Amino acid sequence: MNLVTVSGPPSSGKTSVILKTIKALEERGIKTGVVKFDCLYTDDDKLYARENIPVIKGLSGSLCPDHFFVSNIEEVVQWGRKLGLDMLITESAGLCNRCSPYIRDIKAVCVIDNLSGINTPRKIGPMLKTADIVVITKGDIVSQAEREVFAARVSAVNPEAMVMHINGLTGQGAYEFSTLLYDEETDIETVRGKRLRFSTPSAMCSYCLGETVIGEEYQLGNVKKINLGDGND
Amino acid sequence: MEMINKKELAALSIKEILEAYPYTESFFREQQFPLDMPELTIRERHRKLSMDEREDLVLSAEEFLEQLSLFISNMQEFLGEGKEEVESLTLLPGRDKDSNRENYEKITIRKGEIVSIVGPTGSGKSRLLADIEWVADADTPTGRIVLINEKKGDKKWRLSGTRKLVAQLSQNMNFVMDLTVEEFLYLHAESRLVENEKELVERIIVQANELAGEKFSRNTPVTSLSGGQSRALMIADTAILSSSPIILIDEIENAGIDREKALKLLVGEEKIVLMATHDPILALMADRRIVINNGGIINVLETSAEEKEILKELQLMDERLNMMRNALRYGKQLDSGKMPVRQFSCL
Repeated sequence: MNLVTVSGPPSSGKTSVILKTIKALEERGIKTGVVKFDCLYTDDDKLYARENIPVIKGLSGSLCPDHFFVSNIEEVVQWGRKLGLDMLITESAGLCNRCSPYIRDIKAVCVIDNLSGINTPRKIGPMLKTADIVVITKGDIVSQAEREVFAARVSAVNPEAMVMHINGLTGQGAYEFSTLLYDEETDIETVRGKRLRFSTPSAMCSYCLGETVIGEEYQLGNVKKINLGDGND
Repeated sequence: MEMINKKELAALSIKEILEAYPYTESFFREQQFPLDMPELTIRERHRKLSMDEREDLVLSAEEFLEQLSLFISNMQEFLGEGKEEVESLTLLPGRDKDSNRENYEKITIRKGEIVSIVGPTGSGKSRLLADIEWVADADTPTGRIVLINEKKGDKKWRLSGTRKLVAQLSQNMNFVMDLTVEEFLYLHAESRLVENEKELVERIIVQANELAGEKFSRNTPVTSLSGGQSRALMIADTAILSSSPIILIDEIENAGIDREKALKLLVGEEKIVLMATHDPILALMADRRIVINNGGIINVLETSAEEKEILKELQLMDERLNMMRNALRYGKQLDSGKMPVRQFSCL
Protein backbone atom coordinates (compact mmCIF):
# COMPACT_ATOMS: atom_id res chain seq x y z
CA MET A 1 0.00 0.00 0.00
CA ASN A 2 1.15 3.54 -0.79
CA LEU A 3 0.80 6.19 1.86
CA VAL A 4 0.53 9.92 1.16
CA THR A 5 0.15 12.65 3.76
CA VAL A 6 -1.69 15.76 2.65
CA SER A 7 -1.92 18.84 4.76
CA GLY A 8 -2.61 22.52 4.37
CA PRO A 9 -4.35 25.48 6.00
CA PRO A 10 -8.12 25.20 6.60
CA SER A 11 -10.28 25.77 3.50
CA SER A 12 -7.32 25.66 1.14
CA GLY A 13 -9.04 23.03 -0.97
CA LYS A 14 -7.49 19.80 0.31
CA THR A 15 -10.68 17.79 0.15
CA SER A 16 -11.58 18.98 -3.36
CA VAL A 17 -8.10 18.21 -4.62
CA ILE A 18 -8.11 14.75 -3.02
CA LEU A 19 -11.59 13.93 -4.37
CA LYS A 20 -10.59 14.83 -7.92
CA THR A 21 -7.31 12.98 -7.56
CA ILE A 22 -8.94 9.81 -6.31
CA LYS A 23 -11.26 9.89 -9.30
CA ALA A 24 -8.22 9.89 -11.55
CA LEU A 25 -6.58 7.12 -9.51
CA GLU A 26 -9.69 4.97 -9.69
CA GLU A 27 -9.79 5.31 -13.46
CA ARG A 28 -6.43 3.61 -13.37
CA GLY A 29 -7.78 0.92 -11.04
CA ILE A 30 -5.96 2.11 -7.93
CA LYS A 31 -8.13 1.56 -4.87
CA THR A 32 -7.76 4.52 -2.54
CA GLY A 33 -9.00 5.34 0.96
CA VAL A 34 -8.84 8.47 3.08
CA VAL A 35 -8.28 9.32 6.72
CA LYS A 36 -9.54 12.76 7.58
CA PHE A 37 -7.93 14.32 10.65
CA ASP A 38 -9.63 17.37 12.04
CA CYS A 39 -10.18 19.22 15.29
CA LEU A 40 -13.72 19.73 16.41
CA TYR A 41 -15.96 19.08 13.48
CA THR A 42 -15.88 17.92 9.91
CA ASP A 43 -18.44 16.84 7.39
CA ASP A 44 -15.89 16.03 4.74
CA ASP A 45 -16.07 12.34 5.51
CA LYS A 46 -19.57 12.40 4.03
CA LEU A 47 -18.19 13.87 0.81
CA TYR A 48 -15.82 10.92 0.51
CA ALA A 49 -18.46 8.41 1.51
CA ARG A 50 -20.80 9.81 -1.16
CA GLU A 51 -18.18 8.91 -3.77
CA ASN A 52 -17.90 5.42 -2.25
CA ILE A 53 -14.40 6.11 -1.02
CA PRO A 54 -13.49 4.21 2.16
CA VAL A 55 -13.04 6.91 4.81
CA ILE A 56 -12.23 7.21 8.51
CA LYS A 57 -12.70 10.42 10.45
CA GLY A 58 -10.59 11.33 13.47
CA LEU A 59 -11.33 14.37 15.60
CA SER A 60 -8.60 15.51 17.95
CA GLY A 61 -10.94 17.51 20.17
CA SER A 62 -8.93 19.41 22.76
CA LEU A 63 -5.60 17.90 21.66
CA CYS A 64 -3.16 19.35 19.16
CA PRO A 65 -4.19 17.69 15.87
CA ASP A 66 -0.57 16.85 15.02
CA HIS A 67 -0.02 15.00 18.28
CA PHE A 68 -3.27 13.20 17.58
CA PHE A 69 -1.99 12.36 14.08
CA VAL A 70 1.26 10.83 15.31
CA SER A 71 -0.52 8.80 17.95
CA ASN A 72 -2.90 7.28 15.44
CA ILE A 73 -1.07 6.99 12.17
CA GLU A 74 0.10 3.40 12.64
CA GLU A 75 -3.42 2.22 13.45
CA VAL A 76 -4.92 3.85 10.36
CA VAL A 77 -2.17 2.40 8.18
CA GLN A 78 -3.19 -1.05 9.45
CA TRP A 79 -6.83 -0.18 8.76
CA GLY A 80 -5.94 0.65 5.17
CA ARG A 81 -3.98 -2.57 4.73
CA LYS A 82 -6.85 -4.61 6.13
CA LEU A 83 -9.17 -3.08 3.53
CA GLY A 84 -6.69 -4.02 0.83
CA LEU A 85 -6.19 -0.43 -0.33
CA ASP A 86 -3.56 0.36 -2.94
CA MET A 87 -3.22 3.84 -1.56
CA LEU A 88 -4.08 5.56 1.68
CA ILE A 89 -4.26 9.35 1.81
CA THR A 90 -4.26 11.15 5.13
CA GLU A 91 -5.71 14.63 5.16
CA SER A 92 -5.04 17.03 8.01
CA ALA A 93 -5.70 20.71 8.47
CA GLY A 94 -2.83 22.89 9.60
CA LEU A 95 -4.70 24.96 12.09
CA CYS A 96 -1.96 26.88 13.89
CA ASN A 97 0.26 27.21 10.80
CA ARG A 98 2.95 25.38 12.71
CA CYS A 99 1.78 21.91 11.81
CA SER A 100 3.82 19.39 9.92
CA PRO A 101 2.33 15.93 9.98
CA TYR A 102 4.89 14.58 7.53
CA ILE A 103 6.88 11.42 7.92
CA ARG A 104 10.34 10.76 6.50
CA ASP A 105 10.24 8.56 3.37
CA ILE A 106 6.47 9.03 3.07
CA LYS A 107 5.26 11.31 0.29
CA ALA A 108 4.23 14.69 1.72
CA VAL A 109 1.89 17.12 -0.02
CA CYS A 110 1.04 20.65 1.05
CA VAL A 111 -2.07 22.31 -0.39
CA ILE A 112 -2.25 26.10 -0.24
CA ASP A 113 -4.46 28.54 -2.08
CA ASN A 114 -3.80 31.72 -3.98
CA LEU A 115 -6.42 33.60 -2.00
CA SER A 116 -4.55 33.22 1.26
CA GLY A 117 -2.25 36.14 0.45
CA ILE A 118 1.31 36.35 -0.81
CA ASN A 119 2.87 36.32 2.63
CA THR A 120 1.30 33.00 3.48
CA PRO A 121 4.17 30.87 2.14
CA ARG A 122 6.41 32.52 4.72
CA LYS A 123 3.87 32.11 7.50
CA ILE A 124 3.11 28.41 7.35
CA GLY A 125 6.59 27.15 8.08
CA PRO A 126 7.35 23.44 8.28
CA MET A 127 4.13 22.33 6.60
CA LEU A 128 5.34 24.00 3.40
CA LYS A 129 9.10 23.89 3.89
CA THR A 130 9.31 20.14 4.31
CA ALA A 131 6.73 19.05 1.69
CA ASP A 132 7.71 17.11 -1.45
CA ILE A 133 4.90 18.46 -3.60
CA VAL A 134 3.14 21.79 -3.21
CA VAL A 135 -0.30 22.08 -4.77
CA ILE A 136 -1.61 25.59 -5.34
CA THR A 137 -5.37 25.95 -5.68
CA LYS A 138 -7.89 28.64 -6.58
CA GLY A 139 -5.73 29.87 -9.44
CA ASP A 140 -8.84 30.37 -11.54
CA ILE A 141 -10.01 33.31 -9.48
CA VAL A 142 -6.88 35.43 -9.04
CA SER A 143 -4.91 37.24 -11.70
CA GLN A 144 -2.07 35.58 -13.58
CA ALA A 145 0.36 38.02 -11.96
CA GLU A 146 -0.70 36.99 -8.49
CA ARG A 147 -0.39 33.33 -9.44
CA GLU A 148 3.16 33.95 -10.61
CA VAL A 149 4.19 35.95 -7.57
CA PHE A 150 2.64 33.40 -5.23
CA ALA A 151 4.33 30.45 -6.94
CA ALA A 152 7.67 32.26 -6.91
CA ARG A 153 7.36 32.76 -3.16
CA VAL A 154 6.48 29.13 -2.64
CA SER A 155 9.63 28.18 -4.52
CA ALA A 156 11.70 30.54 -2.39
CA VAL A 157 10.41 28.89 0.77
CA ASN A 158 10.83 25.37 -0.59
CA PRO A 159 13.13 25.29 -3.64
CA GLU A 160 13.14 21.50 -3.70
CA ALA A 161 9.39 20.97 -3.99
CA MET A 162 7.50 20.21 -7.17
CA VAL A 163 4.92 22.95 -7.58
CA MET A 164 1.59 22.30 -9.29
CA HIS A 165 -1.60 24.21 -9.92
CA ILE A 166 -4.83 22.30 -9.48
CA ASN A 167 -8.34 23.59 -10.01
CA GLY A 168 -10.43 21.87 -7.34
CA LEU A 169 -13.67 22.67 -9.17
CA THR A 170 -12.91 21.44 -12.68
CA GLY A 171 -10.19 19.04 -11.62
CA GLN A 172 -7.72 20.55 -14.09
CA GLY A 173 -4.32 19.25 -13.01
CA ALA A 174 -5.65 16.47 -10.75
CA TYR A 175 -4.98 13.66 -13.21
CA GLU A 176 -1.42 14.86 -13.65
CA PHE A 177 -1.01 15.13 -9.89
CA SER A 178 -2.28 11.57 -9.41
CA THR A 179 0.54 10.26 -11.60
CA LEU A 180 3.07 11.73 -9.15
CA LEU A 181 1.50 10.04 -6.15
CA TYR A 182 1.24 6.35 -6.90
CA ASP A 183 4.28 4.16 -7.17
CA GLU A 184 3.72 0.48 -7.90
CA GLU A 185 7.01 -0.54 -6.27
CA THR A 186 6.18 1.05 -2.91
CA ASP A 187 4.53 -1.03 -0.22
CA ILE A 188 4.22 0.46 3.25
CA GLU A 189 3.61 -2.33 5.74
CA THR A 190 4.02 -0.18 8.81
CA VAL A 191 5.17 3.28 9.85
CA ARG A 192 6.30 2.08 13.25
CA GLY A 193 9.84 3.34 13.90
CA LYS A 194 9.72 5.96 11.15
CA ARG A 195 10.37 9.55 12.11
CA LEU A 196 8.48 12.77 11.64
CA ARG A 197 10.19 15.26 9.36
CA PHE A 198 9.87 17.98 11.96
CA SER A 199 8.74 18.07 15.57
CA THR A 200 5.07 18.80 16.19
CA PRO A 201 4.06 22.04 17.95
CA SER A 202 5.11 21.76 21.55
CA ALA A 203 3.19 22.96 24.53
CA MET A 204 3.21 21.71 28.04
CA CYS A 205 1.83 24.34 30.35
CA SER A 206 -0.80 24.67 33.04
CA TYR A 207 -3.41 25.58 30.43
CA CYS A 208 -2.79 22.30 28.58
CA LEU A 209 -3.74 20.60 31.81
CA GLY A 210 -7.04 22.37 32.26
CA GLU A 211 -6.17 25.64 33.99
CA THR A 212 -8.63 28.44 33.07
CA VAL A 213 -7.71 31.38 35.29
CA ILE A 214 -5.68 34.27 33.78
CA GLY A 215 -2.69 35.60 35.68
CA GLU A 216 1.03 35.05 36.09
CA GLU A 217 0.76 32.82 39.14
CA TYR A 218 -1.39 30.37 37.18
CA GLN A 219 1.10 30.05 34.33
CA LEU A 220 3.34 27.04 34.77
CA GLY A 221 5.55 25.06 32.45
CA ASN A 222 6.29 26.02 28.86
CA VAL A 223 5.22 29.68 28.88
CA LYS A 224 6.26 32.29 26.33
CA LYS A 225 5.80 36.05 26.62
CA ILE A 226 5.33 38.71 23.95
CA ASN A 227 8.24 41.10 23.60
CA LEU A 228 6.58 44.48 24.14
CA GLY A 229 9.74 46.37 23.30
CA ASP A 230 10.13 48.05 26.70
CA GLY A 231 13.49 46.46 27.33
CA ASN A 232 12.46 43.80 29.82
CA ASP A 233 12.42 40.76 27.58
CA MET B 1 27.55 31.42 -14.68
CA GLU B 2 29.07 28.58 -12.71
CA MET B 3 26.89 26.46 -10.50
CA ILE B 4 27.74 26.94 -6.87
CA ASN B 5 27.67 24.01 -4.49
CA LYS B 6 26.89 23.79 -0.83
CA LYS B 7 30.51 23.61 0.20
CA GLU B 8 31.41 26.83 -1.58
CA LEU B 9 28.38 28.60 -0.11
CA ALA B 10 29.35 27.50 3.37
CA ALA B 11 32.72 29.23 3.01
CA LEU B 12 31.18 32.59 2.06
CA SER B 13 29.90 35.24 4.42
CA ILE B 14 26.24 36.18 4.12
CA LYS B 15 27.34 39.51 2.68
CA GLU B 16 29.41 37.82 -0.01
CA ILE B 17 26.49 35.58 -0.92
CA LEU B 18 24.17 38.57 -1.26
CA GLU B 19 26.69 40.39 -3.42
CA ALA B 20 27.27 37.47 -5.74
CA TYR B 21 23.59 36.49 -5.94
CA PRO B 22 21.48 39.57 -5.15
CA TYR B 23 18.22 37.68 -5.68
CA THR B 24 18.97 35.49 -2.66
CA GLU B 25 17.76 38.36 -0.50
CA SER B 26 14.17 37.26 -1.16
CA PHE B 27 15.18 33.72 -0.22
CA PHE B 28 16.59 34.83 3.13
CA ARG B 29 13.49 36.89 3.71
CA GLU B 30 11.03 34.12 2.84
CA GLN B 31 13.00 31.66 4.96
CA GLN B 32 13.10 34.15 7.86
CA PHE B 33 16.85 33.90 8.11
CA PRO B 34 18.11 37.10 9.83
CA LEU B 35 20.46 39.33 7.84
CA ASP B 36 21.61 41.35 10.83
CA MET B 37 25.16 39.94 10.95
CA PRO B 38 26.22 39.85 7.30
CA GLU B 39 29.89 39.32 8.05
CA LEU B 40 29.19 35.81 9.41
CA THR B 41 28.86 32.63 7.38
CA ILE B 42 25.57 30.76 7.30
CA ARG B 43 26.80 28.17 9.79
CA GLU B 44 28.12 30.83 12.17
CA ARG B 45 24.91 32.82 12.08
CA HIS B 46 22.84 29.68 12.44
CA ARG B 47 24.69 28.78 15.62
CA LYS B 48 23.66 32.13 17.12
CA LEU B 49 19.94 31.68 16.38
CA SER B 50 17.65 31.62 19.40
CA MET B 51 15.37 28.65 19.98
CA ASP B 52 12.44 30.60 18.58
CA GLU B 53 14.34 31.66 15.50
CA ARG B 54 15.36 28.06 14.87
CA GLU B 55 11.76 27.04 15.21
CA ASP B 56 10.76 29.63 12.58
CA LEU B 57 13.55 28.65 10.22
CA VAL B 58 12.69 24.93 10.49
CA LEU B 59 15.88 23.97 8.64
CA SER B 60 19.23 23.04 10.12
CA ALA B 61 22.28 24.96 8.87
CA GLU B 62 23.15 22.08 6.51
CA GLU B 63 19.59 21.86 5.19
CA PHE B 64 19.50 25.60 4.76
CA LEU B 65 22.74 25.56 2.74
CA GLU B 66 21.34 22.79 0.55
CA GLN B 67 18.11 24.68 -0.08
CA LEU B 68 20.03 27.87 -0.79
CA SER B 69 22.25 26.20 -3.38
CA LEU B 70 19.15 24.65 -4.97
CA PHE B 71 17.44 28.05 -5.02
CA ILE B 72 20.45 29.61 -6.71
CA SER B 73 20.62 26.92 -9.36
CA ASN B 74 16.85 27.23 -10.01
CA MET B 75 17.26 30.96 -10.40
CA GLN B 76 20.24 30.64 -12.72
CA GLU B 77 18.26 28.29 -14.90
CA PHE B 78 15.30 30.67 -14.82
CA LEU B 79 17.41 33.67 -15.78
CA GLY B 80 19.26 31.83 -18.51
CA GLU B 81 16.13 30.53 -20.11
CA GLY B 82 15.73 33.35 -22.59
CA LYS B 83 17.99 31.38 -24.90
CA GLU B 84 15.49 28.63 -25.40
CA GLU B 85 12.42 30.39 -26.78
CA VAL B 86 9.17 28.63 -27.45
CA GLU B 87 8.55 29.11 -31.16
CA SER B 88 5.71 26.71 -31.69
CA LEU B 89 3.24 24.40 -30.01
CA THR B 90 2.11 21.21 -31.74
CA LEU B 91 -0.74 18.85 -30.89
CA LEU B 92 -0.74 15.25 -32.04
CA PRO B 93 -4.05 13.38 -31.95
CA GLY B 94 -5.36 11.33 -29.04
CA ARG B 95 -8.81 9.86 -28.43
CA ASP B 96 -12.23 11.24 -27.50
CA LYS B 97 -14.40 9.98 -24.62
CA ASP B 98 -15.50 6.98 -26.70
CA SER B 99 -11.89 6.13 -27.60
CA ASN B 100 -12.26 7.28 -31.22
CA ARG B 101 -9.13 8.76 -32.71
CA GLU B 102 -9.28 12.54 -33.05
CA ASN B 103 -9.92 13.96 -36.49
CA TYR B 104 -6.64 15.69 -37.33
CA GLU B 105 -3.10 14.77 -38.16
CA LYS B 106 -1.20 17.55 -36.48
CA ILE B 107 -1.96 21.10 -35.30
CA THR B 108 0.95 23.51 -35.06
CA ILE B 109 0.51 26.98 -33.59
CA ARG B 110 3.36 29.45 -33.91
CA LYS B 111 4.10 32.42 -31.71
CA GLY B 112 2.15 35.51 -32.69
CA GLU B 113 -0.79 33.33 -33.72
CA ILE B 114 -4.29 33.17 -32.24
CA VAL B 115 -6.34 29.99 -32.28
CA SER B 116 -9.82 29.86 -30.83
CA ILE B 117 -11.37 26.80 -29.25
CA VAL B 118 -15.10 26.30 -29.68
CA GLY B 119 -17.42 23.61 -28.41
CA PRO B 120 -20.33 23.11 -26.05
CA THR B 121 -19.87 23.18 -22.28
CA GLY B 122 -18.34 19.95 -21.03
CA SER B 123 -16.93 19.06 -24.44
CA GLY B 124 -13.36 18.81 -23.20
CA LYS B 125 -11.90 22.29 -23.41
CA SER B 126 -10.48 22.12 -19.88
CA ARG B 127 -8.89 18.77 -20.69
CA LEU B 128 -7.24 20.22 -23.80
CA LEU B 129 -5.88 23.15 -21.82
CA ALA B 130 -4.63 20.76 -19.12
CA ASP B 131 -2.91 18.60 -21.75
CA ILE B 132 -1.05 21.65 -23.02
CA GLU B 133 -0.13 22.80 -19.52
CA TRP B 134 1.24 19.34 -18.69
CA VAL B 135 3.07 19.03 -22.03
CA ALA B 136 1.19 15.75 -22.42
CA ASP B 137 3.22 12.86 -23.70
CA ALA B 138 0.48 10.29 -24.29
CA ASP B 139 0.26 10.14 -20.50
CA THR B 140 -3.08 11.87 -19.92
CA PRO B 141 -6.60 10.44 -20.40
CA THR B 142 -6.78 11.71 -24.00
CA GLY B 143 -3.47 10.21 -25.05
CA ARG B 144 -2.55 13.43 -26.85
CA ILE B 145 1.06 14.41 -27.42
CA VAL B 146 2.16 18.02 -27.11
CA LEU B 147 5.35 19.08 -28.85
CA ILE B 148 7.31 22.25 -28.17
CA ASN B 149 9.37 23.55 -31.12
CA GLU B 150 8.44 20.30 -32.91
CA LYS B 151 10.21 18.26 -30.24
CA LYS B 152 9.01 16.24 -27.26
CA GLY B 153 8.39 18.78 -24.52
CA ASP B 154 10.85 19.19 -21.70
CA LYS B 155 9.30 17.82 -18.50
CA LYS B 156 10.80 20.66 -16.49
CA TRP B 157 7.78 22.74 -17.52
CA ARG B 158 5.57 20.51 -15.48
CA LEU B 159 6.74 21.12 -11.97
CA SER B 160 8.75 24.29 -11.81
CA GLY B 161 7.44 26.86 -9.38
CA THR B 162 9.07 29.77 -11.15
CA ARG B 163 8.36 29.10 -14.77
CA LYS B 164 5.22 27.62 -16.23
CA LEU B 165 4.56 26.98 -19.90
CA VAL B 166 1.09 28.41 -19.76
CA ALA B 167 -0.44 31.60 -18.40
CA GLN B 168 -4.19 31.66 -17.96
CA LEU B 169 -6.68 34.47 -18.22
CA SER B 170 -10.21 33.61 -17.25
CA GLN B 171 -13.51 35.32 -16.64
CA ASN B 172 -13.57 34.84 -12.88
CA MET B 173 -10.18 36.28 -12.15
CA ASN B 174 -9.86 39.09 -9.66
CA PHE B 175 -7.10 41.01 -8.00
CA VAL B 176 -6.93 40.17 -4.33
CA MET B 177 -3.88 42.09 -3.15
CA ASP B 178 -4.14 45.36 -1.26
CA LEU B 179 -1.77 47.28 -3.50
CA THR B 180 -1.94 50.14 -5.97
CA VAL B 181 -1.56 49.43 -9.68
CA GLU B 182 2.03 50.60 -9.62
CA GLU B 183 3.04 48.70 -6.47
CA PHE B 184 1.38 45.61 -7.84
CA LEU B 185 3.29 45.75 -11.11
CA TYR B 186 6.61 46.30 -9.35
CA LEU B 187 5.92 43.30 -7.17
CA HIS B 188 5.30 41.17 -10.23
CA ALA B 189 8.38 42.55 -12.01
CA GLU B 190 10.47 41.82 -8.93
CA SER B 191 9.38 38.18 -8.86
CA ARG B 192 10.43 37.91 -12.51
CA LEU B 193 13.87 39.38 -11.78
CA VAL B 194 13.68 41.57 -14.89
CA GLU B 195 16.33 44.23 -15.31
CA ASN B 196 14.30 47.01 -16.91
CA GLU B 197 11.57 47.01 -14.25
CA LYS B 198 10.64 50.68 -14.55
CA GLU B 199 10.33 50.64 -18.32
CA LEU B 200 8.14 47.53 -18.31
CA VAL B 201 5.88 48.83 -15.56
CA GLU B 202 5.36 52.11 -17.45
CA ARG B 203 4.56 50.24 -20.64
CA ILE B 204 2.00 48.07 -18.91
CA ILE B 205 0.25 51.08 -17.41
CA VAL B 206 0.07 52.83 -20.79
CA GLN B 207 -1.09 49.72 -22.64
CA ALA B 208 -3.69 48.80 -20.04
CA ASN B 209 -5.13 52.29 -20.25
CA GLU B 210 -5.35 51.97 -24.00
CA LEU B 211 -7.32 48.77 -23.67
CA ALA B 212 -9.62 50.00 -20.93
CA GLY B 213 -12.74 51.96 -21.79
CA GLU B 214 -12.27 54.11 -18.72
CA LYS B 215 -8.78 55.31 -17.79
CA PHE B 216 -7.24 54.63 -14.42
CA SER B 217 -4.23 56.00 -12.58
CA ARG B 218 -1.16 54.22 -11.27
CA ASN B 219 -2.25 55.04 -7.73
CA THR B 220 -5.58 53.24 -7.95
CA PRO B 221 -5.76 50.20 -5.66
CA VAL B 222 -6.03 47.13 -7.91
CA THR B 223 -9.01 45.89 -5.93
CA SER B 224 -11.07 48.96 -6.82
CA LEU B 225 -10.58 48.76 -10.59
CA SER B 226 -13.77 48.15 -12.57
CA GLY B 227 -14.27 44.83 -14.35
CA GLY B 228 -13.07 46.24 -17.67
CA GLN B 229 -10.08 47.99 -16.13
CA SER B 230 -9.07 44.84 -14.24
CA ARG B 231 -9.19 42.76 -17.39
CA ALA B 232 -7.24 45.42 -19.29
CA LEU B 233 -4.54 45.44 -16.63
CA MET B 234 -4.42 41.65 -16.43
CA ILE B 235 -4.04 41.33 -20.18
CA ALA B 236 -1.38 44.03 -20.48
CA ASP B 237 0.51 42.57 -17.53
CA THR B 238 0.31 39.02 -18.87
CA ALA B 239 1.39 40.13 -22.35
CA ILE B 240 4.38 42.13 -21.16
CA LEU B 241 5.49 40.60 -17.89
CA SER B 242 4.34 36.98 -17.73
CA SER B 243 7.10 34.40 -17.95
CA SER B 244 4.87 32.02 -19.85
CA PRO B 245 5.10 31.82 -23.64
CA ILE B 246 1.63 30.37 -24.12
CA ILE B 247 -1.55 32.15 -23.04
CA LEU B 248 -4.84 30.40 -22.56
CA ILE B 249 -7.80 32.72 -22.50
CA ASP B 250 -11.17 31.64 -21.28
CA GLU B 251 -13.51 34.20 -22.86
CA ILE B 252 -13.00 37.98 -22.74
CA GLU B 253 -16.16 39.66 -21.64
CA ASN B 254 -17.39 42.37 -23.92
CA ALA B 255 -17.55 45.29 -21.53
CA GLY B 256 -15.16 48.10 -20.78
CA ILE B 257 -12.32 46.68 -22.85
CA ASP B 258 -11.18 46.80 -26.46
CA ARG B 259 -10.91 43.11 -27.20
CA GLU B 260 -9.32 43.44 -30.59
CA LYS B 261 -6.54 45.64 -29.26
CA ALA B 262 -6.11 43.23 -26.38
CA LEU B 263 -5.51 40.29 -28.70
CA LYS B 264 -3.18 42.37 -30.86
CA LEU B 265 -1.15 43.26 -27.80
CA LEU B 266 -0.80 39.60 -26.80
CA VAL B 267 0.30 38.38 -30.21
CA GLY B 268 2.46 41.46 -30.67
CA GLU B 269 4.41 40.32 -27.62
CA GLU B 270 5.16 37.07 -29.44
CA LYS B 271 2.83 34.91 -27.39
CA ILE B 272 1.01 31.83 -28.57
CA VAL B 273 -2.64 32.54 -27.84
CA LEU B 274 -5.36 29.92 -27.37
CA MET B 275 -8.80 31.26 -26.63
CA ALA B 276 -11.82 29.24 -25.52
CA THR B 277 -14.93 31.18 -26.40
CA HIS B 278 -18.65 31.08 -27.12
CA ASP B 279 -18.55 34.58 -28.60
CA PRO B 280 -18.69 34.67 -32.43
CA ILE B 281 -16.56 37.83 -32.62
CA LEU B 282 -13.70 36.30 -30.66
CA ALA B 283 -14.04 32.96 -32.45
CA LEU B 284 -13.71 34.66 -35.83
CA MET B 285 -10.91 37.00 -34.75
CA ALA B 286 -8.65 33.97 -34.56
CA ASP B 287 -6.83 32.75 -37.64
CA ARG B 288 -8.04 29.22 -37.00
CA ARG B 289 -10.43 27.53 -34.67
CA ILE B 290 -10.32 24.16 -33.03
CA VAL B 291 -13.74 22.52 -32.78
CA ILE B 292 -14.08 20.18 -29.86
CA ASN B 293 -16.80 17.73 -28.90
CA ASN B 294 -17.18 14.65 -26.71
CA GLY B 295 -13.65 15.10 -25.40
CA GLY B 296 -11.99 15.13 -28.80
CA ILE B 297 -10.96 17.61 -31.47
CA ILE B 298 -13.38 17.00 -34.34
CA ASN B 299 -12.18 19.68 -36.71
CA VAL B 300 -9.71 22.51 -37.29
CA LEU B 301 -11.14 25.30 -39.43
CA GLU B 302 -9.44 28.25 -41.09
CA THR B 303 -11.42 31.45 -40.70
CA SER B 304 -12.70 31.92 -44.29
CA ALA B 305 -12.76 35.17 -46.24
CA GLU B 306 -16.52 35.16 -45.98
CA GLU B 307 -16.32 34.74 -42.24
CA LYS B 308 -13.92 37.68 -42.07
CA GLU B 309 -16.60 39.75 -43.84
CA ILE B 310 -19.20 38.54 -41.38
CA LEU B 311 -16.83 39.44 -38.58
CA LYS B 312 -16.89 43.04 -39.80
CA GLU B 313 -20.68 43.02 -39.60
CA LEU B 314 -20.54 41.61 -36.10
CA GLN B 315 -18.00 44.18 -34.99
CA LEU B 316 -20.21 46.92 -36.32
CA MET B 317 -23.16 45.57 -34.38
CA ASP B 318 -20.93 45.35 -31.35
CA GLU B 319 -19.87 48.93 -31.78
CA ARG B 320 -23.45 50.11 -32.13
CA LEU B 321 -24.37 48.31 -28.97
CA ASN B 322 -21.46 49.91 -27.16
CA MET B 323 -22.36 53.39 -28.36
CA MET B 324 -25.92 52.93 -27.20
CA ARG B 325 -24.73 51.64 -23.86
CA ASN B 326 -22.51 54.67 -23.41
CA ALA B 327 -25.16 57.13 -24.61
CA LEU B 328 -27.66 55.74 -22.11
CA ARG B 329 -25.09 55.80 -19.34
CA TYR B 330 -24.48 59.49 -19.83
CA GLY B 331 -28.15 60.41 -19.88
CA LYS B 332 -28.55 60.83 -23.64
CA GLN B 333 -31.49 59.76 -25.73
CA LEU B 334 -30.78 57.36 -28.57
CA ASP B 335 -30.68 58.85 -32.06
CA SER B 336 -30.53 56.41 -34.99
CA GLY B 337 -28.85 59.01 -37.23
CA LYS B 338 -25.74 59.09 -35.07
CA MET B 339 -25.13 55.36 -34.95
CA PRO B 340 -22.45 53.79 -37.17
CA VAL B 341 -24.12 51.88 -39.95
CA ARG B 342 -21.70 50.69 -42.59
CA GLN B 343 -18.37 52.36 -42.12
CA PHE B 344 -15.76 50.61 -40.02
CA SER B 345 -14.38 53.39 -37.93
CA CYS B 346 -12.99 51.00 -35.37
CA LEU B 347 -10.87 48.96 -37.73
